[in-house]
Amino acid sequence: MSHDRYDDAYILSILGSVRTIAIVGASANSVRPSFFVLKYLLSKGYDVIPVNPGQAGRQICGVPAVGSLKDIGRPVDMVDIFRGWRDAEKIVDQALALDPPPKVIWMQIGVRNDTAAAKAEAAGVRVVMNRCPKIEYARLAGEIGWAGVQSGFVSSRRPRLAAGFQRFGILPRG
Amino acid sequence: MSERRPGFSTLAVHAGAAPDPATGARATPIYQTTSYVFEDVDQAAALFGLQAFGNIYTRITNPTTAVLESRVAALEGGTAALAYASGHAAQFGIFHTLLTPGDEFIASNKLYGGSINQFNHSFKSFGWQVRWADPDDIASFERAVTDRTRAVFVESLANPGGIVVDLEAIAAIARKAGVPLIVDNTLATPWLCRPIEHGANIVVHSLTKFMGGHGNSMGGILVDGGTFDWAASGRYPMLTEPRPEYQGIVLNETFGNFAFAIAARVLGLRDLGAAISPFNAFMILTGIETLPLRMERHCANALAVARHLKAHGKVEWVRYAGLDDDPCHAVQQKYLPKGAGAVFTFGVRGGYEAGVKLVSNVELFSHLANIGDTRSLIIHPASTTHRQLTDEQKRAAGAGPEVVRLSVGIEDVDDIIADLDRGLAQV
Repeated sequence: MSHDRYDDAYILSILGSVRTIAIVGASANSVRPSFFVLKYLLSKGYDVIPVNPGQAGRQICGVPAVGSLKDIGRPVDMVDIFRGWRDAEKIVDQALALDPPPKVIWMQIGVRNDTAAAKAEAAGVRVVMNRCPKIEYARLAGEIGWAGVQSGFVSSRRPRLAAGFQRFGILPRG
Repeated sequence: MSERRPGFSTLAVHAGAAPDPATGARATPIYQTTSYVFEDVDQAAALFGLQAFGNIYTRITNPTTAVLESRVAALEGGTAALAYASGHAAQFGIFHTLLTPGDEFIASNKLYGGSINQFNHSFKSFGWQVRWADPDDIASFERAVTDRTRAVFVESLANPGGIVVDLEAIAAIARKAGVPLIVDNTLATPWLCRPIEHGANIVVHSLTKFMGGHGNSMGGILVDGGTFDWAASGRYPMLTEPRPEYQGIVLNETFGNFAFAIAARVLGLRDLGAAISPFNAFMILTGIETLPLRMERHCANALAVARHLKAHGKVEWVRYAGLDDDPCHAVQQKYLPKGAGAVFTFGVRGGYEAGVKLVSNVELFSHLANIGDTRSLIIHPASTTHRQLTDEQKRAAGAGPEVVRLSVGIEDVDDIIADLDRGLAQV
């Protein structure tokens, strides 16, 4: 499939179906983008596992970090790659070696590696590149509009209020 | 949700506005509140640290204003927008985000007079130096570039002269200099021209004019085109350096292609304070829903009035880019093919006295210093806005003794023409 643009339905079906997300390159530094994404996805009810060799055994955002994907020890639905594009292929190899392999490989904004993507897709794994799951979730749920950011779609359906204050959700995760 | 890309008129009505999540209210509610209750200290910390999206205080964000911002961003084809109390405040917010003391920017000398004042005088206090260039001589922009240049600023359709600027030529110069092109799109509106499609990186509006369109509410806005590579440039510390205001966050890394709008909000508006009132945001939002309809009528009326004046014995000249023989007609056909807007100038025979007589003898036209109202407006710059200048200065500013400026409204065009004829008959 083309990775120049994605249909909203494609992104929504991914964010609406995955539950367990491993973030490779999750930082313990609270002003780094990877920390933001980790914290945001946790707040949306995802089971998020930080993967960072330098933080293995410590906690990030109250969640135990592991040194590598193979150390997670339970099935992972999605691997989110917060590393440079050159590292993406190696991380995809590690992800595909998991048993069971993840259903989705996601590469962050600025990360695009078509060779790695083709490899994952050949193994039946869905791929998103050069996007941020936090931004996509907030965009599809309607939260991103609070920051004056346009969503790219129009809809006359009421946003889904989630538990808590000022929180929207997307479709229930299956 | 469909993958079809909505058209302009659909966006004008819908973009950014879902039914209210709590009540289902279909019109955007006016959230007339200063502040928002926190769920707990963790949520408060996430909001203050920019880790979660949400509202803290209406000086920074407001749900009504946010709909206005999302909508204008969608109409301009940008990634995000930030509304202010006025167009002047928006302009100030843009330069505050881009410049540090000692920096320069290049601006077209064919601008709204208020912008010329802001750049020449107010900005001096901040150490920001304007260098003027002439859009009739595109190379003058290139000659003005120095190693301190940080931005280029033009109006797409210049006020008041009806000058249409060759955006792509100026965008190429800005790109070569490695600086963003800022375009004031107030007179054209995105219905006539979408500058980001022609190479602009930032768009600014006085929403007070055609966008709100009813002459009832002040507002301004900046639109982030999402197209400038701040990291590659490295000359814009608010975007690319760790910010002490937020414990060392680097906004460009965190907010990607809408980082400029976020920087202007959390490092500028937060501290400078020129926030738009939610009520004004609501009024302007309501106006925008009919922008395509109003602009169609504004442009059709303006063209008919310009043609009528051109053939009128008491009129010396008319400058309206929509006229076939206007010097800007070819450029207008390229950048604003749907119409040349509704603001233009003409010269009345008999100079200063004739101009004064005309504005004193119209009945339907309102004699005042604004543009972009549903109502037809008229002003004689030499006796009002440019009164303090010498005759020579007036002429240089396009405000010679015979010049009259019109902002043609959406009334019946026959009534507009009859009113001008009545006024001209007294000249």
